[in-house]
Amino acid sequence: MSGNSTYQPQSKALQWFEKRLPIGGLIHSSFVAYPTPRNLNYWWTFGGILSFMLGVQIVTGIVLAMHYTPHVDFAFKSVEAIMRDVNYGWLLRYLHSNGAAMFFLAVYIHMFRGLYYGSYKEPREVLWILGVIIYLLMMATGFMGYVLVWGQMSFWAATVITNLFSAIPVVGDIIVSWLWGGYAVGNPTLNRFYSLHYLLPFVIVGVVILHVWALHVSGQNNPTGIEPKSDKDTVPFTPYATAKDGFMVACFCILYAWFVFYIPNFLGHADNYIPANPAVTPAEIVPEWYYLPFYAILRSIPNKLMGVIALFGSIGILAFLPWLDTSRIKSARYRPLFKQFFWLFVIACIGLGWLGSKPPEGIYVIMSRLLTFYYFAFFLIVLPLLGIFEKTKPLPNSISESVLGAKA
Amino acid sequence: MNNHRTIIALALAGALIALSGPAFAQEHEASPPPRVKWSFAGPFGKYDQAQLQRGFKIYKEVCASCHSLDMLSIGSLADPGGPGFSQAQAAAIASEYKIKDLDDRGSQIERAGRPADHFPAPFANELAAKAMNGGVAPPDMSTLAKARTYSRGFPWFMLDMFTQYQEHGPDYIAALLKGYKEAAPKGFKMPEGGHYNEYFPGHVIAMPPPLQPGQVTFDDGAPATIDQYANDISAFLVWAAEPHMVARKRIGFQVMIFLIVLAGLMYFTKKKVWSAVH
Amino acid sequence: MTTVSSAEHTRRDFLYIATGAVGAVGAAAALVPLVAQMNPDASTIAAGAPIDVDLAPIAEGQIIKVFWRSKPIFISHRTKKEIEEAQKTPLAELKDAETDQKRVKEGHDQWLVLIGICTHLGCIPLSHQGEYNGFFCPCHGSVYDTSGRIRKGPAPFNLPLPPYKFVSDTKIQIG
Repeated sequence: MSGNSTYQPQSKALQWFEKRLPIGGLIHSSFVAYPTPRNLNYWWTFGGILSFMLGVQIVTGIVLAMHYTPHVDFAFKSVEAIMRDVNYGWLLRYLHSNGAAMFFLAVYIHMFRGLYYGSYKEPREVLWILGVIIYLLMMATGFMGYVLVWGQMSFWAATVITNLFSAIPVVGDIIVSWLWGGYAVGNPTLNRFYSLHYLLPFVIVGVVILHVWALHVSGQNNPTGIEPKSDKDTVPFTPYATAKDGFMVACFCILYAWFVFYIPNFLGHADNYIPANPAVTPAEIVPEWYYLPFYAILRSIPNKLMGVIALFGSIGILAFLPWLDTSRIKSARYRPLFKQFFWLFVIACIGLGWLGSKPPEGIYVIMSRLLTFYYFAFFLIVLPLLGIFEKTKPLPNSISESVLGAKA
Repeated sequence: MNNHRTIIALALAGALIALSGPAFAQEHEASPPPRVKWSFAGPFGKYDQAQLQRGFKIYKEVCASCHSLDMLSIGSLADPGGPGFSQAQAAAIASEYKIKDLDDRGSQIERAGRPADHFPAPFANELAAKAMNGGVAPPDMSTLAKARTYSRGFPWFMLDMFTQYQEHGPDYIAALLKGYKEAAPKGFKMPEGGHYNEYFPGHVIAMPPPLQPGQVTFDDGAPATIDQYANDISAFLVWAAEPHMVARKRIGFQVMIFLIVLAGLMYFTKKKVWSAVH
Repeated sequence: MTTVSSAEHTRRDFLYIATGAVGAVGAAAALVPLVAQMNPDASTIAAGAPIDVDLAPIAEGQIIKVFWRSKPIFISHRTKKEIEEAQKTPLAELKDAETDQKRVKEGHDQWLVLIGICTHLGCIPLSHQGEYNGFFCPCHGSVYDTSGRIRKGPAPFNLPLPPYKFVSDTKIQIG
C-alpha cells in the first residue's frame, strides 16, 4: 500500500493483468518489499498474530452461524446442539469462544507495546486512532457474541450493558427501549445482536485495512523510537518479518490450543451454562475477563451517569493520547520516569481487572477508586507533565548504530 | 533502579490483595468441596465406562423423577467416548421411554422411544416443575456439571490454568450430594422447606437429600453407598455436559505435538533468515 | 554478509521446505473440521434411522406417501392390471431397462415401494397420472409407468428404490 512498486510479474499473462489491475504490485510493495526497521523485537509480532486471530474468528464464526439459531427458545439449545451433534462442533465453538479471549489478550499486548514505545506519536496519530476504533469495534462484537449463547450471563450482561445508556439524561430510556426492540432484553434484541455480530467483524476488517495502510504510509515505529534514516536501518518485510511473525503465530497457537483442548471453560463463567432466565438474576454478574478493568471503573463511581461517563471516557481517552503525551521522545527506553509510570499503569489495569471480578463493597471499592484515579491521572496529569519535566536519556544516532552499538 | 521500584510496587499491590482477601471472607461461607480423584481429569483423562453406566442408572432411577436431561438424545448413550452402551442396548433403553407424539390423524399419542429422541422431561413445563417442587424448578441436568462451580480464590484459580484442574463442577456436585446434615448447627435459622447442606452456598437447599444407601443396586458389585452414588452420578453428569471430552483431549495432544514441531521449525527458519543480518 | 557455501545452501533449502511442508499439513488438517461440519450432524443421522410402515390399511389401487430421511417414499398397492402392464412391457421399449420383478420383493408383486423423487431435477411426481397411468412429474413432464420406470420426458433413470424389507406380510421396514 506504499505504492511506487517496481514489481514486474514474470509470466506474460500476469503482466497483462498487472497492467490493468496492479494487485500483485500492491501485495509486493505492502508485504514483500516493504521496509521494516531491523531492530523490531518480538512485541512487534502481535500485529501479525491479531490478523491471524481475526481470520480464525471470522472463519469459525461463519461456520458456527450455519448451525446457530437466533431465537430465545432455541439459541441455547442450538449452541448445545453444536457442542454435541455437529461434526467437530465442539471444536469450532471452543475455538471461537476461546479465540475471542486470545484476540483480546493479543490486542492488549499490542496496545501496551504501542504505549511503551510511543507508537502513537507523530506521524502515527491516525494509525493509533484507527487502532482505538478497531478496539471499540472488537468490544462491541465480543459483547454481542457473548449474548448469542443466551445463557444466564449472556442475558444479564445484555441487560446491564444496554442499561448503561439509560444514564443518558432525558432520552436515555427511549434509547434503551430502541436498543432492545421491546420493554426488556428479548427476542428482538437477540436477533439484532446476531445480525450485528455477523456484520461488525467485516467492519473490523475494513478498519484493519485502513490501519495497515496508515502503517505503511508512516512506516513502523521501533524500540528506539527514532525513524529509519537509511537502507541500513531496515530489512524487507519478506522474508524477515514474515519468518518472525510466523514463528510467533505458531507459539501463540500453542497457548490457544492449550485453552481450547484442555481448559476450554477456564475463561468462561459457569452460569452461562444455565439457560437465560429473565426472572432470576445470578448472584454475581461478571463480564468476560477482557472487560473487567472497565467494569471496575464503572462500579467505582457512585453516581450512575458519572460511572457511565467514566467507563466510556476510559476508552475514549485513548484516542487523545497522541496529544496528551507531550514528550517528543517516543520510546520508554529513553524516558526513565515514563517507564515507571507505564509499569504502574499496567499494574493499575491488571488490578482493576481483578477488582472488576470482586463484589463492589468495602476495601474493593476503595481500591477501585484509587486505581481508577491513577488510570485517568496517567493520561490527564502524568503524561502532559512528564513531557515538560522529564530528563530523557540521549538517543542513538540511528537504528543501525543502536543495534551494532549494543553488540559491541 | 527502575526494576527495584517496580518490584516494590508489585509487592505492595500483592500485600494489599493478600490482606483484603480474608478480611472479607463471609460468614456462612460454604466449605470448599473436597477433591475427588476423577478418571477423566488431566490431559489424558478418559471416562470410566462402568462408572458412567452406574451413573446413568442413578440418573434413571433417582434423578429423572424431578430433573430433565433435555439436550441429550437417548442414542448418545452409545456414542464413542461415552458410557459404552451398544447401539442395541441404547435402542432397548430408548424403547422403555414413552414419548409424546402425534399420530396420522393429529391426535396426541405416547409411543415407544427411539434412539433419536431426547430424554423426556418429568414435568410438562417449567411452571409445572416449579408448582410441584415448592416454587423452585429442579434444574435441567444436561449442562449442570459445567454450570456449577465453586470459587477457588487467588492464587489457586491462576494455578488451575497450568494444572488443568477443571473438575470444579463434579467436585461440587459430589460434595453437595454427600454434604446433607440431619440437623442444622445450633443457632442456624432454617427456613421452612429448606435442608441444611454443608457445601451449598448459604447452606439452605430446597432439594431434599436425594440419595439413600442401598437405593440403587449395581450389577457390577460396586458398593451401594451414598459416596459411591454421589461420585458416579457426578461423573455421568460430566459426560452429559461434555460428551466429546475424550476426543477433545486426544485431538488436543496431537495438535500440541504438531504445533511444537511447527514452532520449532519456524524458529530455525527465522534464525536462518535473520542470520544474514545479525 | 558472507558468501554461503553450497552445503549450507542445501541445509537451508531443506529447512525451508520442511517448514513449508509441515505448515501445509497443518493447514490441510485445519480444513477437516471446517469441511466435516457441513455433513449431516448426529441428530440428523439418528433421525434417519429405519422406519416401520404398516401396509394393512393401504387399499388395492391406493398409493400412500411416507417420509424417510426427509424423502417422500411412495408405497403403491398395485392392482392386477397395473402389475400385468408393468410385467409385460418389453425391455426394448424402456429407456432405463429393468424388469418389474427386479423392482419389487419376491412374492410381493402388489407392493411397489419407490423414492418419489423425479430423477430429472428432484420434483415429486404425481401418482396415477400420465400416459402409462403410473407417475407424472409436473415440473418438466417426465412420465413413469406403473413400475416407476421412466418412459418419456427428460428424466434419465427409473424412480429409485429405497432399501427396505418385509418384516411380515403386512409390514415393511424402510432403511
